[in-house]
Amino acid sequence: MSDHDTSHKAIKEFLAEAEEVVEQLGSELADLADMADSGELDPDLLNSIFRGAHSLKGLAGMFGFTDVSELSHNMENLLDCLRLGKIGLEKGVMKVLFGAHELLTSLVRSVETGGAARGDEIAACVALINTCLAPPAEKQPVESPLALLGLPERVLGALTEYEEHRLLDNLNRGRGIFNVHTSFELTTFDQELAQVSDALKTSGEIISTLPSMGGNMETHIDFDLLFGSTCSLVEIQGLMGNDSSVVTFLGRAGSKTDRAAAAPSPSMIDKLSSEDAAQHSVAVPLEPTETATMASFNTEDTAQSAKSMSRTVRVDIGKLDELMNIVGELVLAHSSISAIAIRMRNEGYSRVAVDLSKSAKGLERKLADLQKGVMEIRMIPVGQLYEKMSRIIRKISREQGKKVELKFHGADTELDKLIVEDISDPMMHIIRNAIDHGIESPEKRLSIGKDEKGTIRISSYQKGNHVVIEVEDDGNGIDLDRVKAKALQKGLVSGVTSLSDRELLDFIFMPGFSTNENVNEVSGRGVGMDVVRNNIAAVSGMVDIETTKGMGSRFIITLPITLAIIKALIISCAGRTYALPITSVMESLLLTNADIKTVERKEVIQLREHTLPLLRLESFFSTTRSTESPREFYVIVVGVAEKRLGIVVDDLLGQQDIVIKSLGESFKRFRGISGAADLGDQRTILVLDVGGMINETMKAGN
Amino acid sequence: MSTQKTILIADDSPAMRSMLISAIELLGDYRIVEASSGFEALRLLPREKVDLILTDINMPDINGLELISYLRSNSNYLSIPVVIISTEGSQKDIEKGKLLGANEYLVKPFDPARLQVLISSYLCITP
Repeated sequence: MSDHDTSHKAIKEFLAEAEEVVEQLGSELADLADMADSGELDPDLLNSIFRGAHSLKGLAGMFGFTDVSELSHNMENLLDCLRLGKIGLEKGVMKVLFGAHELLTSLVRSVETGGAARGDEIAACVALINTCLAPPAEKQPVESPLALLGLPERVLGALTEYEEHRLLDNLNRGRGIFNVHTSFELTTFDQELAQVSDALKTSGEIISTLPSMGGNMETHIDFDLLFGSTCSLVEIQGLMGNDSSVVTFLGRAGSKTDRAAAAPSPSMIDKLSSEDAAQHSVAVPLEPTETATMASFNTEDTAQSAKSMSRTVRVDIGKLDELMNIVGELVLAHSSISAIAIRMRNEGYSRVAVDLSKSAKGLERKLADLQKGVMEIRMIPVGQLYEKMSRIIRKISREQGKKVELKFHGADTELDKLIVEDISDPMMHIIRNAIDHGIESPEKRLSIGKDEKGTIRISSYQKGNHVVIEVEDDGNGIDLDRVKAKALQKGLVSGVTSLSDRELLDFIFMPGFSTNENVNEVSGRGVGMDVVRNNIAAVSGMVDIETTKGMGSRFIITLPITLAIIKALIISCAGRTYALPITSVMESLLLTNADIKTVERKEVIQLREHTLPLLRLESFFSTTRSTESPREFYVIVVGVAEKRLGIVVDDLLGQQDIVIKSLGESFKRFRGISGAADLGDQRTILVLDVGGMINETMKAGN
Repeated sequence: MSTQKTILIADDSPAMRSMLISAIELLGDYRIVEASSGFEALRLLPREKVDLILTDINMPDINGLELISYLRSNSNYLSIPVVIISTEGSQKDIEKGKLLGANEYLVKPFDPARLQVLISSYLCITP
């Protein structure tokens, strides 16, 4: 039993990590592809990708996921050849890597869901990888230039094969190899070393970092950095701005003659370098070469990710849900304490009752803080989604031969982790559509006077209790005439009906509706915009489209900030109780039947200058009413994004914090319901899905 | 006076570390110190009285080989037994590790029982 639990926990941990590795691999591969286009490869990036595949192989092997392990093993082989310079990064290789990564992603995913065996796919992918691998190289001349450097056994012994390769590569490029010896206090060595490394990386490559014995090993630690650079000894010493470091020139390939002779003898070096260091308190200005800027860009990156690694804790979202449930139950417990206080006052224990309600107030405040705190933990910046998107966009546009520039805004807007996850697929689909149908080919764009590069702009911002994510492209927009023609052809409208643009755009969300005749690989996967809308509605969100022919389209996704605890309006209708998320309630009106008009057999009311369609819950849910409808009733005006709807209810029962619980897979198909909530008095009620109801009503209207 | 022994695990993979930890926990009452990188191991070493080190090779900042090279050049850590746990398993890799001063070399994937035997043999708890 406990054994089973441990292994279950272990698998979860494996999955969390594997997913992270696969994710990072993906974005780094995309970076690599960009770099391949521009020519110059960054060895650090290539090595990092290799490391990703390498650790996944080890991890999957340990946990017995042989599929994942085997595929990542083969990817690792290919990446190893790349990073050791045995093969070049051709277009074909990149494609194989992308393909393998895609398969790897789905393999990791199927560990979770338990998919069928994929042996054939893996074999096919491995075969492709093998075609890229270099034929076994002829033995290199045994006389290695490394011998020339006279590296101590201790340094040479600790070099990995890759580091050896980097060393040779630096030599082959005619760079000088230096040893930089530094000493730091044990307590702060990592930051100080990072500073030194950053400074060095602006003008060369750090090949290895070897910790070594310092003068006082209780308090200090020394490092020997093997450094390849075209700079001179004096210039490097100047870069350091640190007089405790000693730079030694070790050698340069094929230059035993002039340069080696010009190199000072070791005893001179020590003297020279410390003097230099004293004089060069200002770093020597360097020509900002391309490699230099690239290197510094990367240092920044790694420094950042290293920081976040040590400052963040990875928590299973399930644990947060549990916490949230407990908070929810505490809130309920608090309500019952307040109720007891009121009862006591009514029954004459007023002194005690006052004390009790005072304590309850204090408890309430702290509970609110706790709730807010737990809620904040669940929030993650939308930017995490952007990374994934940018990878997909680059991949698809490359495949389609379209040029697309990406612009992101509002990456720090925060959203519930679960919403971010659920929104990623629909967003991906919208983006695929934008590239596939929206952005024109470079030739076409030039011919109509647009920049040859299309732009996709993804922006997010908070708007009240909602977060809005917009995906905007500057392509050719949606052809409303074609939408109309298609709708006619499908018999969705009769020819004479005049439809507004908004109504026309709504057809796009109908199942099986596509204006594109030739279904292609990108968006023609059988998933339509109807699925997009449903997925977004599942997290109580809505999607809207704005489009201008020839200018582009904008998809506007409106989402609630969190799903966990919400304030709700409790209503009753035909003897049943429901909850309505307060975020979507605009106002409530007390009306009588005389206020209701009928337009085209639909009930509406006049609300200021607008006509508001009405929805009766009993007919929506096809429930029967045992008593007469009340003469006076309420209309709750609800709205998501720009759409409004009036829900007719018998009574308002009050406001309450509720914890929405999912009804599970089997109830997913029930329209108009987003979950259930516990009211604290042993009653469970249904929570209405406002977005879904609005969509249903609009659809029925047509 | 406690006889509890301390094991330092240096591996950048949290899942790998927790797998090692569960294997060790089954074995007995050891204190475990975790390092997610070579640097973290370097920082922990002077503070903790470590009796055994399990290290990965492929880690960010400095790799396991560099870590061992340092340990073996420093009289304070010279005698701490080191077990390399790595995916790299060629004869050359193993020789390299041992040459630098690693006591044992486990190639991933390995049988946890093998690790348990190794740990017990280096750190047998005397009653």
